[in-house]
Amino acid sequence: MNPHRRYRFSLPLVLFLSPVLIWLVLLIVLPHVELLLMSLRVEGDDGGFSYSLANYRQFFDEPIYWLTFVRTAVYAILVTFLTFLVALPVAFYITKVVSPRRQGLLMLLLLMPFWVSELVRVYGWMILLRESGVINHFLVGLGLWEQPVEMLYNDVAMVMGLVYTSMLFMAVPLVSVLESLDDSLIEAAHDLGGNIASIVFRIIIPHAMPGIVSGCIVVFMLTLGNYLTPNLMGGKNSLWFTEQIYNQFIASFNWNQGASFGFLLLLLSSLVIWAGLKITRQKLGKVVQ
Amino acid sequence: MIRTLPQGSVYRFGYRAYILIYFAFLFAPLVVTCILAFNDSQFPALPWKGFTLEWFFGDLPHRVGIFNDRVNLDSIWVSFQVAFGVTLAATAVGTCAAFLFEQEEFPGKPLLYFLMLSPLVIPGVILGISILLFANSMGLYFENRWGLDIALFRPGFWLVVLGQFAFITTLVTLIVSARLRKFDRTLEEAAMNLGAGRLAVIWHITLKYLRPAIIGGAAVAFLMSFENFNTTLFLVGSETTLPINLYLQVRDGSTPVINAISFLLIVGTSVAAVANLYFSRSREN
Repeated sequence: MNPHRRYRFSLPLVLFLSPVLIWLVLLIVLPHVELLLMSLRVEGDDGGFSYSLANYRQFFDEPIYWLTFVRTAVYAILVTFLTFLVALPVAFYITKVVSPRRQGLLMLLLLMPFWVSELVRVYGWMILLRESGVINHFLVGLGLWEQPVEMLYNDVAMVMGLVYTSMLFMAVPLVSVLESLDDSLIEAAHDLGGNIASIVFRIIIPHAMPGIVSGCIVVFMLTLGNYLTPNLMGGKNSLWFTEQIYNQFIASFNWNQGASFGFLLLLLSSLVIWAGLKITRQKLGKVVQ
Repeated sequence: MIRTLPQGSVYRFGYRAYILIYFAFLFAPLVVTCILAFNDSQFPALPWKGFTLEWFFGDLPHRVGIFNDRVNLDSIWVSFQVAFGVTLAATAVGTCAAFLFEQEEFPGKPLLYFLMLSPLVIPGVILGISILLFANSMGLYFENRWGLDIALFRPGFWLVVLGQFAFITTLVTLIVSARLRKFDRTLEEAAMNLGAGRLAVIWHITLKYLRPAIIGGAAVAFLMSFENFNTTLFLVGSETTLPINLYLQVRDGSTPVINAISFLLIVGTSVAAVANLYFSRSREN
């Protein structure tokens, strides 16, 4: 940019800039600075406070805290990968296989469930999976199982719920990136004797990389920050990290400790997003559109 | 593989079966929830005991339908109020932000643009606790310094509105910006040559052009606010919004009233979303 360029602070500029500045400074910048400060603060016995890394040391000293953190991160990676595996064939089917007449309808069906609140979707799964649930009713009725089995409240149910919740954010970028894939590339590979595996790994996936990355980033971030699904579908003694944060804030009322957990989660999610963008040399502004 | 290529029947059949299973997986929880809203049973479970509308209109001691359920009706009303406030504020500020980033030049623009996008990558729970902490500190400051007790800084209605506004405005900004980018600026120049001021041009020409995007952005803002859980969880006071209220009920056991509410939500959002899609398509053509 030209350093000698003069900016004129015209009336429209001030009119547009001031609400945006108020929004971003008061509701985004300052609260997160406050989060960092609170996480560094330790309350003394006399009601005063000092600044130290004690809250962070507490996180590393207590295995339950950092184990939950690692567990949440590992599960979030697993969920992201599974979501990708499930969504890729669907996105490919909608863009390349189904007749163009039906494309719009399938796209609408794909989006529809995600307009409904996440809570309703999780509740639906609870009705299906629990011991007195619909699936058990049918399986016992058909004589496949003697006794109803509790299928809810375990890690498998939780991962499935998280994959279900995240599906949209993977499928939509994949559909839009596959739309730009030229059919003739696949035809050429087929004519030259390529089998399905080589077409998938050497043509489709390389072409879809930008969509895969943006889908993975969004899914990872949303899974990491999810509270509802792990809380309602996961086991009672295996916590998600957001539940740890909630417990610190609401149950123990230890806001400083909770703030340090929050900041660590923010750090992890920013780090992964930054790494994802760096590896694929993309800009945040491009990915979100 | 693709439409133009011949395929073996096993492959084709397998692929179709996969897609069928996928859509069954997608719709199973919603369909089951809706069906069980009409089951004549005390629990949201099978067996099917007959059709009833009591979970909607009932007013018996052991069976209060949603339209007579004060607590749930109140939370729906709170959610409507919150969503209305968030939609108004987010649409106004989001439109300003779209003009700011698309049409104005000022120092520090890239940094501010990055900040505008940042709510997309901040987990909702973190945004909630940050705003809670900041509001709490502000409240303490005002109380100690001036002895003022300001309701805005305590968890409750207005803090929920602010928290949701903080990230929903980004979505509106992106939606309005996308249309503003396609605007033919020679129209503005023509109006200015004819003697109109910049603000008059924006009011009479650019905003008219942006109307579909602004309406679309407002619809998205309303839906996102109405359904928000993560950010709201930490900011909510005694007036609970619908998602929080439903969560508390689901966590502590459930009755088919929740199915009835879910049914209304599913039908409501589907109709609204399809209408929005239909109108935005016909406006763009």
